[in-house]
Amino acid sequence: MIKVEGITKSFKVAKRSTGLLQATKALFYREHTIVEALKDITFSIEPGEIVGYIGPNGAGKSTTIKIMSGILVPDGGKCSIMGFTPWKNRVEYVKNIGVVFGQRSQLWWDVPVIDSFELLKDIYYVPQQEYKSTLDLLIETLDLQDIINSPVRQLSLGQRMRCEIAASLIHNPQILFLDEPTIGLDAVSKIAVRQFIKAINQEKGVTVVLTTHDMNDIEALANRVILIGKGSLLYDGKLEELRKRFGTHKTITADYRKNSNSIDIPGTSIIHWSPEHAVLSIDTEQILTSDVITQLSKKVDLLDVTIESQPIEDIIVQLYKEFQI
Amino acid sequence: MTLYFKYLLILFKSQMQYRTSFWLLSIGQFFIPFSVFAGLYFLFERFGQIKGWEFFEVALCFAVIHLAFSLSECFARGFDTFSSLIIKGDFDRVLVRPRSTFLQVLGSKFEFTRIGRLLQSSIVLIWALTNLPIEWSLVKAVTLFFMIASGVLIFTGIYMLAATMCFWTVQGLEVANIFTDGGREMAQYPLNIYQKWVARIFTYVIPFGTVNYLPLMFILGKTQGDEILYMLTPLAGSLFIIPCFLVWQIGVRHYRSTGS
Repeated sequence: MIKVEGITKSFKVAKRSTGLLQATKALFYREHTIVEALKDITFSIEPGEIVGYIGPNGAGKSTTIKIMSGILVPDGGKCSIMGFTPWKNRVEYVKNIGVVFGQRSQLWWDVPVIDSFELLKDIYYVPQQEYKSTLDLLIETLDLQDIINSPVRQLSLGQRMRCEIAASLIHNPQILFLDEPTIGLDAVSKIAVRQFIKAINQEKGVTVVLTTHDMNDIEALANRVILIGKGSLLYDGKLEELRKRFGTHKTITADYRKNSNSIDIPGTSIIHWSPEHAVLSIDTEQILTSDVITQLSKKVDLLDVTIESQPIEDIIVQLYKEFQI
Repeated sequence: MTLYFKYLLILFKSQMQYRTSFWLLSIGQFFIPFSVFAGLYFLFERFGQIKGWEFFEVALCFAVIHLAFSLSECFARGFDTFSSLIIKGDFDRVLVRPRSTFLQVLGSKFEFTRIGRLLQSSIVLIWALTNLPIEWSLVKAVTLFFMIASGVLIFTGIYMLAATMCFWTVQGLEVANIFTDGGREMAQYPLNIYQKWVARIFTYVIPFGTVNYLPLMFILGKTQGDEILYMLTPLAGSLFIIPCFLVWQIGVRHYRSTGS
């Protein structure tokens, strides 16, 4: 479906200088630095996948999305999406994709949402019949009935994002690029958006590539993540793998009958301790979780034990550190 | 083309959300060229004629160029305000839709308030025409139509050139106003009242002369020699938009390779 091979892209960025003298100089002459936004990025995505594309700010996520959606032309490398090269045949290619930029609207601000949909129908040459059935489905699954006749400027951010996603699907694209679709949304809207993305992926087989900073999005949606940092591809694989490889810490919280003995166990460290309650951090490379519990139960009368994996956010932060990005 | 009208419709609906501001702006737009025209009127009141041009003849010249200007500002405003599209990043959106960038940018904005200016110019046009002893023929009427239409194309071409610059500079360039506003101010008088070099620039570089001065001579029966040549000049002027269109395409390509 999507094949990206050795994509590179660099930007010329003007050096910012401080001071009046420097600023005046910059009016006439500017020094430029070349920033390599993408270095040799290669991956491929199968039809029907949901892929989370993650990385810190400035890693090159948006640049990749822009190249894949045909907005930008890369300096080198190949890219084939559904048989098209996105930056050639732009007009033919973009009929097959939907793009949502979370921070920008594609709807007409002052008119009812439905008017924007109608115009998009004409822009994408969608036949009336098909438009109607798609629209009905979108209204139903995204619960748009009550808001579709309000002007966009009167909608809340969550309502607007639902409309944005609907707008990008009016022409039944086979691939959907979502650039930060849940940015700034409240918890309820986030869940609604996630559920919908999952639904169209399962029901219509739409391939989804999404970038996000919210790891819950990834956890809820993507079984595969691609991690990039400073323009290089760092990890491509299953989320669980990532967790196995890097999430080697677990937290055990134990309640027990009053006991003031020490509960030192090799391979663990005590985060919190009181005569009735303790929180331990364990390194699963040194000791198995079950062993810790066995040893713990020998030392104290356990009442309750909970085991928590490291939150995915922590793993990502750790990864960023490891790769020094 | 139908899509263009759909863009027009949706933007008209948007505009109608702000009725008061629409009416105030339209009235304002009526009076801006009105004051310019008043100046013209008093000029002729004092001097009678300029280089053999009577008041109503110049008024016709004025009306043609102002009509073209207001129409182009109304319908090609998307290029005039293109820098905002670049700054807000909305041009990316244009690129992911399966239509030409030209049509989409054109459809991104209409300035309906120019209706005021349009009305004022139309009144001047009618007033001038009813007071001029022109022997009308179909050819002359068609020529008049082409004068206005080509004028619109030339102004649109200049907007496009200015918009293309935004791909490199991001910000809009006031420089273009020299040619639009400046060109309009110059071309509202017959070109032969100026120095030769000024007349030449506005004939061969930015061909405003071809849409009013030259064909106007034909309509007013002032030509010496080949009438058909004068009659066809508006069509020649309208060719101006072709290089503008090509430059625009180069700009789009530049944007897509730099992404700035």
